[in-house]
Amino acid sequence: MGSSSSRLSNIPNGQELMQETGFSDAHLLRLYERFQFLDKDNKGHLRSEDFEAVRELSKNPIGDRIVEAFFLPGQETVDFPSFVRVLAHFRPKEKNRTREGAQQEPEPANSRNQKLKFAFRLYDRDRDGKISRVELLQVLREMLGMQVTEEQLQSIAERAIQEADLDKDDTISFDEFRKISFHADPHRNRTGEARACLLEGKQT
Amino acid sequence: MDWFMSPADELLSKYLGLSINVWLTLVFGFLIVPAVLGVSFGIHKYYMRTLLCIFEWATLQMELKAKEKNHQLYRHYTSGIVSKMPDSTLRQEIQDLRRTADCLSLEPRFDLADVFFFCRKGLESILDDDVTKCFSAQELESWNLLTRSNLNFRYISLKLLALWVLGVVIRYCVLLPFRVTVAVTGIFLFIVLSTVVGFLPSTKLRRYLSDTVHLMGYRLCVRSLSGVITYHNRENKPKNDGICVANHTTPIDGIILANDRCYSLVGQLHGGLLGMIQRAMEKSSPHIWFERSEVKDRHLVAKRLRDHVADENKHSVLIFPEGTCVNNTSVMMFKKGSFEIGCTVYPAAIKYDSRFGDAFWNSSQSGLVGYLLRLMSSWAIVCSVWYLPPMNRKEGEDAVQFASRVKSAIAAQGGLVDLTWDAGLKRTKVNDAFKEEQQQLFSTILLSDHEDQNHSKHVEGGCPEGDKGN
Repeated sequence: MGSSSSRLSNIPNGQELMQETGFSDAHLLRLYERFQFLDKDNKGHLRSEDFEAVRELSKNPIGDRIVEAFFLPGQETVDFPSFVRVLAHFRPKEKNRTREGAQQEPEPANSRNQKLKFAFRLYDRDRDGKISRVELLQVLREMLGMQVTEEQLQSIAERAIQEADLDKDDTISFDEFRKISFHADPHRNRTGEARACLLEGKQT
Repeated sequence: MDWFMSPADELLSKYLGLSINVWLTLVFGFLIVPAVLGVSFGIHKYYMRTLLCIFEWATLQMELKAKEKNHQLYRHYTSGIVSKMPDSTLRQEIQDLRRTADCLSLEPRFDLADVFFFCRKGLESILDDDVTKCFSAQELESWNLLTRSNLNFRYISLKLLALWVLGVVIRYCVLLPFRVTVAVTGIFLFIVLSTVVGFLPSTKLRRYLSDTVHLMGYRLCVRSLSGVITYHNRENKPKNDGICVANHTTPIDGIILANDRCYSLVGQLHGGLLGMIQRAMEKSSPHIWFERSEVKDRHLVAKRLRDHVADENKHSVLIFPEGTCVNNTSVMMFKKGSFEIGCTVYPAAIKYDSRFGDAFWNSSQSGLVGYLLRLMSSWAIVCSVWYLPPMNRKEGEDAVQFASRVKSAIAAQGGLVDLTWDAGLKRTKVNDAFKEEQQQLFSTILLSDHEDQNHSKHVEGGCPEGDKGN
């Protein structure tokens, strides 16, 4: 456990990754260790089967989707930079950062937008930029399992789409998703700050 | 033949003879005889204290060097990588979300943002999960001069390097040979004496002798590992009428416990040296060894256990309900088989101090011989054993609940994390039942919210607008 290969210099493009994602060198080392742990055959990249080593993930109803979200469309492997970039979306914000209103170039990896994009990917499996009714039903079925009847499922999905779908095209676009996730009421266009904090995992 | 031996040879053989003499005297005088008689010189206390001082100094050196370079010493933690809310539960979070949504819901409402909770938990798991952690060695706070537990190689100064080399020399050239000698002598003596005692007719004298022989054997084994064991709450020591259960970390757990009192062990009959030892043990004291074919037959196992427990003259049986080695930071699910017998259970908690040497056997990383070698070249094996008061199955409690209760008691005493995961996960995949549990929880929250709101709507005669807003 923990052999001499754990050095920052051993991580390819370590410095650039740190810049891009904002992780400290200790964190990056830890992530690299975890990556190596999951990569049992030392291939240098992860396949979706490798994530099965994380036993707790099997308990998560949308565990498969989360794993899928690591993979870029069409790709079957995840290399270390991609692995880190995904996790960077949920890195805690530093306290002395400027307020969310100010736009920074480039957008930090753990901005609200990035988190939303990741969550959107969980729904939008075919990556066409819209959450269709079918996709929403699929997610609902996964989260609720066999505990609700088909009718209940349909009505829940129906309601969710009605609320979120502002342009009435029967799908939820990323914009609509953003509005309903962070805004209390999409019709009134208010920012629900407390709500946003909840979703980002901050204590309110 | 004399004139073939040159003066150098003569000198060599004289010194060799002398050093072997010295060696044997030391070994017998300090290790074997005291072990047989059960006395101790107390040298180990000073040894441990010295070692601890050295370790602290070593870690301090590394920290200083790291500070010079303006780096942080690499510590084993994952906090702060992904933003966590450790105390949030699904129910709490969903309710908070509903509250901030400020809407009038008459039907069960799914918030698209509900997925965030599972998403975060999933990422946290990918980063670091409780289960996988249990199957690899525990991570230390300070360095104990063993290469196997150090990740801060860049911060080792020359002084430290010299110290480490000295440590290696002492461990491999002084301690290891001593220990191997003691172990070999111990096993040999044990086999011989145990067989001899086996020839005596079954009387009280024989039982007394066999107990002595067994204790001697175990004591020698413990000395051969430089084991320092502290027993707490000795008044709760198991009696002959029940079974003793403990958490499992290493193959030597049995030896650690048996150092204090004789137990009957349960297990599969092996071949080779281990089998020889097992058969020798069987001759003088009743143990429960199974043939390979019998192991699968649960009823046979249960029956033999019951018969054994019923006989007052036989020692209590020692069982490790986890079924496999876990790394001593947590206790995993106890298998219910041993709790179904219906006798008194004497729990014991074993906690190893891994600063002096990690006793955990990661069977996927090294075989038994490699493991023993590693054990014998550590500084010492230090552990604490707590005997807990006996427990019985309560009215209306089934075996699984009883097992769980015992497990919690052991975890609480030993300062270990109490997990509900099955230790068999080391080699198998997770059951779908866990996922269903989460799904059920989510759907209950979703649907019951709707019922609550419907109810309050009827009561108040109107939609509760505003009082749920933030």
